[in-house]
Amino acid sequence: MIEDLEENWSKPCGCCEGWWACEGVVRLSKWQGLQIIALGPTFLQWDHLRFICVIVSLKFLASGSSFFSRVVTMEPMACGWTDAPHSMGTTIMAVEYDGGVIMGADSRTTTGVYVANRASDKITQLTDNVYICRSGSAADSQVVSDYVRYFLNQHTIQLGRPATVKTASTLVKELSYQNKSFLETGLIVGGWDKYEGGSVYGIPLGGTLLRLPFATGGSGSSYLYGFLDQAWKPNMTQDEAEKLVVKSISLAIARDGASGGVVRTVTINEKGVQRKFHPGDKLELFYEEIPPRPSSLLAKS
Amino acid sequence: MEPMASQWTEAPHSMGTTIMAVEYDGGVILGADSRTTTGVYVANRASDKITQLTDNVYLCRSGSAADSQVVSDYVRYFLNQHTIQLGRPSTVKTAGTLVKELSYQNKSFLETGLIVAGWDKYDGGSVYGIPLGGTMLRLPFATGGSGSSYLYGFLDQAWKPDMTHEEAEKLVVKSIALAIARDGASGGVVRTVTVNEQGVERKFHAGDKLPLFYEEIAPRPSPLRAH
Repeated sequence: MIEDLEENWSKPCGCCEGWWACEGVVRLSKWQGLQIIALGPTFLQWDHLRFICVIVSLKFLASGSSFFSRVVTMEPMACGWTDAPHSMGTTIMAVEYDGGVIMGADSRTTTGVYVANRASDKITQLTDNVYICRSGSAADSQVVSDYVRYFLNQHTIQLGRPATVKTASTLVKELSYQNKSFLETGLIVGGWDKYEGGSVYGIPLGGTLLRLPFATGGSGSSYLYGFLDQAWKPNMTQDEAEKLVVKSISLAIARDGASGGVVRTVTINEKGVQRKFHPGDKLELFYEEIPPRPSSLLAKS
Repeated sequence: MEPMASQWTEAPHSMGTTIMAVEYDGGVILGADSRTTTGVYVANRASDKITQLTDNVYLCRSGSAADSQVVSDYVRYFLNQHTIQLGRPSTVKTAGTLVKELSYQNKSFLETGLIVAGWDKYDGGSVYGIPLGGTMLRLPFATGGSGSSYLYGFLDQAWKPDMTHEEAEKLVVKSIALAIARDGASGGVVRTVTVNEQGVERKFHAGDKLPLFYEEIAPRPSPLRAH
């Protein structure tokens, strides 16, 4: 009976996510001799919305006439975990050191709770000397970095010398700010040029541009504030900076479900670019973490 | 039509506060900030979130101020009666279990995360974490409140077992200070309570005397004030 009714309902309100309550008068047409009394709360689903509806005493008139019933739609069942705002998977960071920058990221891409890619590369090249860390929507961050790579390529040809990190960052900022209503991506631009040496620019949601000695981003970054606020010191060596980056991403991976896999780092300085890879099972272990061990299901030869 | 869904106006109510408790060799240290907020207004900048349950058991409160007060009042009353009937000081485990019972059985009505810590002669110093939902877990250290998210990375690598009293207290004060720096719902002063075999000691760490971290600048007198 409820299924039949569903087809004849017109949607009282348009689609929207979140809580809303309204009263609607729904016109049901031409039903014969049916009486539905106080069905109580009924769980109906159409499209992607869920409603709790109380159908109160529908009385049907003789056939051929339409009737009205009062339908009170109450607040949709708020399932926090299904309707939760899309949070930024990933942990990314970049640190300036004496002579260049170190960029780091985890390698997990998720669609909901499924790990779509456990070995992604979130540190993308813009030019020979400028790289970008991507977080948030994978699609949005890829589109932005593709556009910026294209612009920088043209700009480098016309300028006659390598583009600066500031220029690259400004381009990224322009795209992020001017399209803020469409994009959901937090980015960190890092690189080396001969005018400023190593530079790190943070471009979070909304399109702010801020040059910083170090920057973090993504959902895992919340867990790093306490640690980095007291661990970061100015004028670190390359070794110290790299250790800090790997340790930080490892700490975030330990706590953030949307971050995981391996830690990738990219070091950029006057000499060039060096990519490094830190496998997930060789990362430092922290509070409560137990060492990986071979599966007891595997037969030993 | 549909009301405008604004995430920031309809966002779930998050737990103001930073609270923590750490076990050390001989007792426990409880720590908390002192900010109580209603929305963005700081209703009390010098609150005391570390409440006494018995002579040897204390409770850190976070989340809804009302709910946490009601729970601790009930538990204090029960423990008081229990101590009389038992004939000796009640254990930390008993206090923790009572808090857990109230939190779990009334989970649909309550919104409070609690940490029970104290000293008794059977288990020495003990810390029990009782977050939303009413889980009870004995832990070597526990954190809670909105500010605790920012402390995971720091504590995961800074906490070591078998700390001395001085080390543990430094860790607690540093942690709460780090959380205060980042969490808008935490602030004010850092209060600590040490509970051990000898008794209870309350300490107060003024907000302007806390260690400064990245980007924080030292407080200075207002240029508007005539010297």
